[in-house]
Amino acid sequence: MLSEEEKTEILHEINQYPFRSAACIDALKIVQLHRGWISDEAVKDIAEFLAISAEDVDAVATFYSRIYRKPVGRNVILLCDGVSCMVMGYETIYEHISKKLQISFGQTTPDDRYTLLPISCLGDCNHAPSMMINNDLYNNLTYDSADKIIENYK
Amino acid sequence: MEKPLTQHIKPDAPPLTLKEYQKAGGYAGVEKALKTMTPAEVTNLVKASNLLGRGGAGFPTGTKWSLVPMDENSGQKYLVCNADEMEPGTFKDRYLLEGNPQQLIAGMIVAAYAIQAQTAYIFLRWAYKKAEAELRKAIAEAYDAGLLGKNILGTGFNLEMNVHSSAGRYICGEETALLNSLEGKRATPRTKPPFPAISGLFGRPTVVNNVETLSWLSHIVEKGADWFKGLSLTETGGTKLFGVSGKVKNPGLWELPLGVTVREVLEEHAGGMLAGHGFRGLLPGGASTDFLIEQHLDVKMDFSTVAEAGSRMGTGTMIILDDKTCPVAFLHNIERFFALESCGFCTPCREGLPWVEKILAAIESGKGRMEHLDILKFHSKYMSPGNTFCAHAPGAVEPLQSGLNYFYDDFVSHINLKKCPWKS
Repeated sequence: MLSEEEKTEILHEINQYPFRSAACIDALKIVQLHRGWISDEAVKDIAEFLAISAEDVDAVATFYSRIYRKPVGRNVILLCDGVSCMVMGYETIYEHISKKLQISFGQTTPDDRYTLLPISCLGDCNHAPSMMINNDLYNNLTYDSADKIIENYK
Repeated sequence: MEKPLTQHIKPDAPPLTLKEYQKAGGYAGVEKALKTMTPAEVTNLVKASNLLGRGGAGFPTGTKWSLVPMDENSGQKYLVCNADEMEPGTFKDRYLLEGNPQQLIAGMIVAAYAIQAQTAYIFLRWAYKKAEAELRKAIAEAYDAGLLGKNILGTGFNLEMNVHSSAGRYICGEETALLNSLEGKRATPRTKPPFPAISGLFGRPTVVNNVETLSWLSHIVEKGADWFKGLSLTETGGTKLFGVSGKVKNPGLWELPLGVTVREVLEEHAGGMLAGHGFRGLLPGGASTDFLIEQHLDVKMDFSTVAEAGSRMGTGTMIILDDKTCPVAFLHNIERFFALESCGFCTPCREGLPWVEKILAAIESGKGRMEHLDILKFHSKYMSPGNTFCAHAPGAVEPLQSGLNYFYDDFVSHINLKKCPWKS
């Protein structure tokens, strides 16, 4: 079941469109914000509310890279692996973070504090290398600055 | 030199509020269009200005609009702003969205009026959080001032404006895939025809324009087609945001006349290469454009002139390949991106791009064979325009085909040495 809060927020998005089903992506984002990820149950809840099939919702959920169909940690580190960040050395930053947190791309720390994911091109190429943690953008990364930034996310 | 698009953007300062932007004359074009011009006159003016789409393809904006049915019974129509900037190496729309959202809204009101759209959507890259906050604030201000909503400026023109923050995937930038995504579906491109101008969002006539394109419109209406044409060094008209990333002294973004040379952007504005780094080549407008090399440095940055040099101006944001970076690794990074971002709908793209990616990985790790180079050439040919459903794979093989040509010896040395010469 969707919570009342989730329903209210999804209804607000539905008002932007002529058809209820058009809010599918917005609904997935809203539910993910509340629950952290999109479980099978969440897919069914959204489908029922938008009056479309669960298969249709899942087809959308699995297409978009920012919808998580598996649980993620409390903080998601998105390290840009785009070509400008590659030229500016993201690979060594990745090795450094990976060693520090003992996880590779796609993995979550055992205490659920961090998930580390690659992301392509954050549109911040003149300040490469860049990363986002949750909603926050960081750039001109060095080993030291990456360490300090990551520590701030509990 | 005039810099109409960026004149009000100050680094590290918040964007102008609606009142400040109005005081600076930013809405003069909106008033002129809605109060003194017919929609057809606005479209004709934009046609006369020769404003070419700034999203990468360079299609004439006025021509795109003129395909929209304009009879009185044409019903619901849509304007969509493509703000899904995700071309690797591109960071120009972010600058305009964060720096002057009112300029974009003013341009969108003009565009919507020209095609008589009643509803507008801004399709925004999910990662652009600051831009989203500034846009939502700016739209609320415009509603409060009667510049959006019902009966705008007392003219009887109505326009609702919404922001849709996306959920990822590069293919959303393709205009028909974007429309599917806005309808809440998977972002697979649609067949054309019908073109969006006839049957677009929710099956209604729709125009999709890029952020930088739309940001021009109020200025063009206010100051005229001749003024716009006079801004460029070439025939095209206007300035353009040009950017440089990579191992240069001063990576950044500058508003310059169309027609400046590659050399001027690279050496004067970006300050030239970082000490200890030599220039090998550059992608002039994002990852999906062919390489330009030393011999092309005096090419003018404009749609037709970059095309004559064998590439595309694309987004106008250059990625520099320096001599300390392996060209095979550089291309592998790019092709891995395109392989991951293929929507999977058509076979050449879904199967061809991962194949290319695997071969480049093999060559980079010292497991390449000479026949691999023929396979890469084969793919460059069979993923070229006309062989795939949309422009994704043809864009992906642009840097590959030119990279194979210009850096052929580097590919061969990887194969002969059985390792990457850039790795110790």
